[in-house]
Amino acid sequence: MRTSTSSSLTLSLGLAAGLSLGAAVVLGLTLPASVEQGEYSRLIAIHPGLAWASYLCFGVTALSSAAWLWPRTRAPRWDRLAGASAEIGVVFTALTLATGSIWGRPTWGVWWVWDARLTLSALMLALYLGYLALRRVPNPPEIRARRSAVAALLAVVVVPLNHFAVDWWRTLHQGRSFAQLDPGNDLDGAFIGAMLLGLLAMTLVYSWLLVHRYRVARLEDERDERSFEEALDARRRETVVAR
Amino acid sequence: MWRDALLVGAKDLRVEARSRVATNQVAPFAVLVLVLFAFALDPDRGMLQRAAAGLFWVAVLFSAVLTVQRSQAVEGADGIGDALRLSGLDPAGIFLGKAGALAVELFALELVLGAGVIVLYGVDPAGYPTLVATAAAATLALAAAGTIYGALASGSRVQETLLPLLLLPAVAPVLIAATRAWEAALGTAVAVTAAADWVSLLGVLAVVYVAFGVAAFGPLMEER
Repeated sequence: MRTSTSSSLTLSLGLAAGLSLGAAVVLGLTLPASVEQGEYSRLIAIHPGLAWASYLCFGVTALSSAAWLWPRTRAPRWDRLAGASAEIGVVFTALTLATGSIWGRPTWGVWWVWDARLTLSALMLALYLGYLALRRVPNPPEIRARRSAVAALLAVVVVPLNHFAVDWWRTLHQGRSFAQLDPGNDLDGAFIGAMLLGLLAMTLVYSWLLVHRYRVARLEDERDERSFEEALDARRRETVVAR
Repeated sequence: MWRDALLVGAKDLRVEARSRVATNQVAPFAVLVLVLFAFALDPDRGMLQRAAAGLFWVAVLFSAVLTVQRSQAVEGADGIGDALRLSGLDPAGIFLGKAGALAVELFALELVLGAGVIVLYGVDPAGYPTLVATAAAATLALAAAGTIYGALASGSRVQETLLPLLLLPAVAPVLIAATRAWEAALGTAVAVTAAADWVSLLGVLAVVYVAFGVAAFGPLMEER
């Protein structure tokens, strides 16, 4: 049985993720300080990438959950993939909130404001923390997978609804970062380059983490199965000896 | 499906009427929450009147968590969940019945809380049609979401802590929309908001949660 989660795929992904992340950080640090936000504008190399990766994580969780629920494609691998992706998504969302808060301090003057997108991210974090808590409830694998899949699909329905509610409630956040790619925007080319590199780096970091986490989950499942079989064999041997 | 829904809904309401948990425990708890809000905020400076809409709906949410837990506990006792599965009833009907019964209980609770807000907070209940329309749509959305998440969290030893963690972030839009609509109706809104927009959003939320529950309850019932 395999005991490692490393392979040539993870080595290549890890190398690409490390290089692109390092390049994004270096490019971010060499950006000129902006007039309005000063040194904090360098966070454009990291923050939008983290936010993008968190949406990607939860998208993969939803698709994997749908694949598990669909009888023709039902397989344990989809449940493992959904759980692995959600775990990484929660980390990325927490980092998005943390970097957004650091960025918001000089812009808005406070660490936290009840802005639509901040509130939505916080609600999304809470939703997926609940999803992970549901996954950790000691249930048989089939029941855990079924309930988790339903919860993940429901979360995908709830996120847009939360978005509408908080968007109508209040909006202070600057325009979408991706809107800066539209022609006619006033963002400097270097900032756009740093942001795009950050998006690529976070996607690669996510992919690298996902493969490792998926393989850990598979090893855990194999271990659980094996320990049960070993315990059963040991019990059978005891019974034979006693006779 | 509708006949099954009526059967299940009537059963749940009958159980609640006989056990009197909703009237003897949940309703007093909800009123107690209103009283505690008055202790926490300054009751003499109009603060309670201005915040009445939000405090009302927060009290409803807290009480809804208890009511949902109660609704699921009924199925957990004496193998009733298995009996429901073996009964051959339509899972969509079971969902609609449970959600309907929960909505009736929540609506009754909102009447008690509404009276509490008028008496304790000195709110003038103007704009009845908006208040009632908001309460109807929000209650349906809460009941449907509560029934789905109640089923997801049911049967585990950590159900009491898991359910609020799952349910509350999911019903946050209901809290926001219902509070804003009530503020507009009561004339306590800080910004000018159109109550009709919020009531429409609540209607959409109710339809989405009910549709999701009708579709998802089948797979959830399979496992039991």
